[in-house]
Amino acid sequence: MTSEYTSDEMMAVAAARQLRDRTVCFVGIGLPSMAANLARVTSAPGVVLIYESGTLGAKPDRLPLSIGDGILADSADAVVSVPEVFNYWLQPGRIDVGFLSAAQIDRFANINTTVIGADYRHPAVRLPGAGGAPEIASSCREVVVVVRQTPRTFVDRVDFTTSVGFGRGPGDRQRLGLIGAGPRTVITDLGILSPNPTTCELTLISVHPGSTPEQARAATGWPLAVSSSLTTTDPPSERELSELHRLEASMGMT
Amino acid sequence: MAEIVSLADGVAAVVHDGDVVAMEGFTHLIPFAAAHEVIRQERRDLTLVRMTPDLIYDQLIGMGCATKLVFSWGGNPGVGSLHRFRDAVEHAWPRPLELEEHSHAGMANRYVAGASGMPFAVLRGYAGTDLPAQTETIRPITCPFTGEVLAAVSALAPDATIIHAQRADRSGNVQMWGITGVQKEAVLAARRSLVTVEEIVDRLDPQPREVILPSFAVSCVAVVPRGSHPSYTQGYSLRDNAFYTEWEAISRDRDTFLHWMDANVLHGEPIS
Repeated sequence: MTSEYTSDEMMAVAAARQLRDRTVCFVGIGLPSMAANLARVTSAPGVVLIYESGTLGAKPDRLPLSIGDGILADSADAVVSVPEVFNYWLQPGRIDVGFLSAAQIDRFANINTTVIGADYRHPAVRLPGAGGAPEIASSCREVVVVVRQTPRTFVDRVDFTTSVGFGRGPGDRQRLGLIGAGPRTVITDLGILSPNPTTCELTLISVHPGSTPEQARAATGWPLAVSSSLTTTDPPSERELSELHRLEASMGMT
Repeated sequence: MAEIVSLADGVAAVVHDGDVVAMEGFTHLIPFAAAHEVIRQERRDLTLVRMTPDLIYDQLIGMGCATKLVFSWGGNPGVGSLHRFRDAVEHAWPRPLELEEHSHAGMANRYVAGASGMPFAVLRGYAGTDLPAQTETIRPITCPFTGEVLAAVSALAPDATIIHAQRADRSGNVQMWGITGVQKEAVLAARRSLVTVEEIVDRLDPQPREVILPSFAVSCVAVVPRGSHPSYTQGYSLRDNAFYTEWEAISRDRDTFLHWMDANVLHGEPIS
């Protein structure tokens, strides 16, 4: 028997399940941090969390509000400078999984967090920008994206490529010299998408309980392919939900 | 050797109109009090440099201090948008804001190049992104040994860098610990520097994972207790998370913002 949960909670739980135990994970703040910390207290106790503030092996017992939260430094195996975290740890390919979010994501899993609108100098919406994402997307062995699925977010082509997924299709990552394999999974509030191994196009492989492929299609700005072996995501377990609620309640507490 | 000065004198000594100014602190040790003094001294036409221009630069931009921003991520961490930054970019209010935009890895390497006295740094980055097309200070470079095409980014060499640290000794040697971000590089890359500290002590007792900036590498030190508020100073003060959330409502509307700045910064007592 599973209790009530929101679609955001389903998304966080599904994202947490993507993280295998004893992997090294580069985490951004927000949904990725929520999912990675949930994984650490449920299915992946040995996961190593790296935040771009330079905290390696952070083990926060509450959810940090920012990447510079003192709990990350206090609980880390090592605290290094920001140049070091990018140059020594991320760039050479020492990180297994990068967790990212997006303001726009396209059919080849390219990510935009820079501007909405065609004109960079005169944007309709100015977004925060790149942060660590371009190099996380290029250098982690693989990438998991956590993002709510809406027609505004899931666009045929991003207005601005901040971080590269599969570029314009097969072979682009190799041509660009990107050392990581790129996005493996995109977790949304409706389901789970994964790149087609041949075309690199994002394909719906699972729907969360209560969601349908039609809903996912309606929330996607390109004709979304649906896998012939479409599954339904397991609902959150009691343990996953109670740990998630505990984390949510602890957000930013000191 | 660093001079120990008041906050007002320190800001007046290191920050001049038209300067390139970096204020660093990666969510920890953000030099808010010094930025407020820059606003009170009505510095203009600044090129502001910072990896994460959060609330501190929202305030400087909204008060019209900046003509250009060099950055890699501009948001209210954990909360949302920076409304004064967005208003400047989207509507040129209170004045147009030119952008020079990088990734964190690019900015960090630009500071390393500046601190090392090199004209540029090399990284494996930006490939396939739209950033190089918009940013003059990113160029491709071919490795002379392997032929690999990499990204070159020009060095950052600010006229002035301002940071906040836990403490200094009476000779002006600076000690900081916890998450120390890119502050060492930012100070060493700059021509002049101001470090605000929580306290001055007779002796800098060693701390785990400390970073020491020797006095001869720093221009001015000013004692400003709670100088990082609403950010935090490990061992001294906690992050005021509620204020980061409140900033969303304060900053959304121009008049509300100006009223808040007037009441809390322009006519607040300078802390020194």
